[in-house]
Amino acid sequence: MPRKRNPGNGGQQAATLLKKNKGVATPYIAWVVVFTALPLLLVIYFAFTDRDGAFTLSNLTGLAGYASVFFLSLLLAVIATALCLVIAYPISFMLSRLRSGRQGIMLMLVMLPMWMNFLLRTYAWMSLLERNGLINKFLGLFGIGPFEMINTAGAVVLGMVYNYLPYMILPLYTAMLKIQPSIIEAAEDLGAGTWHKLTRVLIPLSKPGIKTGITMVFVPSISTFIISKMLGGGNFWLIGDLIESQFLGNSYNYNLGSAMSLVLMVVVLLIMSVTGGFDSEDIEGVI
Amino acid sequence: MVGKVLKRTYVVLLFSFLYIPIAVMIAFSFNQSKSRTLFTGFTLDWYAQLFRDDAVLSALLLSIVLALVSAAIATVIGTMAAVGINRMRRGPRGVVMTLTYIPIVNPEIITGVSLMLLFVVVKAGLTMLVGSDSWLAQNLLGIPSLLIAHITFNLPYVLFNVAPKLRQMDYRLYEAALDLGCNSRQAFFKVVLPEIMPAVFSSFLICLTYSIDDFTISYFTAGNQQTLPIAIYAMTRKKVSPEINALSAIMFVVILAIILIANYRESAKNKKKRHK
Repeated sequence: MPRKRNPGNGGQQAATLLKKNKGVATPYIAWVVVFTALPLLLVIYFAFTDRDGAFTLSNLTGLAGYASVFFLSLLLAVIATALCLVIAYPISFMLSRLRSGRQGIMLMLVMLPMWMNFLLRTYAWMSLLERNGLINKFLGLFGIGPFEMINTAGAVVLGMVYNYLPYMILPLYTAMLKIQPSIIEAAEDLGAGTWHKLTRVLIPLSKPGIKTGITMVFVPSISTFIISKMLGGGNFWLIGDLIESQFLGNSYNYNLGSAMSLVLMVVVLLIMSVTGGFDSEDIEGVI
Repeated sequence: MVGKVLKRTYVVLLFSFLYIPIAVMIAFSFNQSKSRTLFTGFTLDWYAQLFRDDAVLSALLLSIVLALVSAAIATVIGTMAAVGINRMRRGPRGVVMTLTYIPIVNPEIITGVSLMLLFVVVKAGLTMLVGSDSWLAQNLLGIPSLLIAHITFNLPYVLFNVAPKLRQMDYRLYEAALDLGCNSRQAFFKVVLPEIMPAVFSSFLICLTYSIDDFTISYFTAGNQQTLPIAIYAMTRKKVSPEINALSAIMFVVILAIILIANYRESAKNKKKRHK
């Protein structure tokens, strides 16, 4: 047995360690192949076949009839993402400038609602927005309304913003933590006003957070089927509702549902190729 | 001056937006009547009713068992994977990490329906091969499929938590253990595992919360089974019952308690470190 400290054997020794250790990843690799890769291949297979398993493009071409649903989903998701960005940006900055003790508490307060199941959070808004709900009752005190708030597109967007706002705040806050106060001071010393500080310093430096935040809000927003069901009252069918109805609902057509899923995946991938997806570092705090 | 007022208003509005819905739910969980707008008197009846609701209780039990088992399995497989992947060459590691990202990046509904397709296909295959009365064919869509689905979406979080900790670890510790006569198994359990244990444990906790919270993926893979979020969904679709408010209130208090305890322990640990 050669002595371990012998540098000439380092490579060989590392190689044996490598061999010994590699096997432990095997169960995981088998798992992701069978339960992550294979199911996605099945989606592709079903999307391109008919009920008898013969190749067809009719599932995909048939989607043209649902173009308005795709458009509406895209529109609502874009609006919700933009609103989240605007609402989240100031609070993320304020959080990042607090003293570290208070920072922890405030961050916890911002994230706390997210720990509640999103069905309960959405349900809470259902009862607030009702025609006889608390908001209309409150407005009625001032002689305003009642407004038709639930079962509108606005309610669906509100549900998205409420549920996914923390996904925007956290990456923004993480990115802004890295901005040194001295950089902002330097900009001030050089005569930058609020506007220039924002557009020339803060936004460029927080770009990674903005990109991650956009991805993390947009993806669940465009693929939701619960928020549109609960707050849209079935008036606003989104892609998610379409897919759900093909797999568990009345329509029951796996092939068409797979084609829809495939298109949704492509849309999401396209968006991510623009935003650059997200860095694992940026989502560290989230997961 | 104006800026300060603006800032205050914004913060107050934001926190109102975040907390008013939850506060209203909790308040109305104590309401005597079923009204969601008029508070007619204090009662704990809805809580009592909730604890007698068999559907909710069995869903809760299933969710807890499912979370514990799936988190445990995911943590073991994921930790092993982190160790193995850490030692892999760049190319294969890239492929495995890309596969790992898929369940995180993909919309949940896609993960849900793709797994559902897999189970439906396997079930059809089993039925063809061994007949429709085989146990597995009849029971695949239900607890087994839920368990597999939960392990699948939990695994990436274990990897992303444990792998960085492994990279931080001094590899020479492992080599020293080998030099001192450990075989690689002993070296792992006596040296490596204690070193990465905090990350392994926090992965387990993260998996628990994700598993208990998941609705979308479970919804497509549950068959006839009801997890707690699926039971909640069923409740929101039925007639209005303040039971759901009571459930929200309980969950909020439990979550708040867990977070406070975790924070308290963290700060206590930090203090201890400073005193040393």
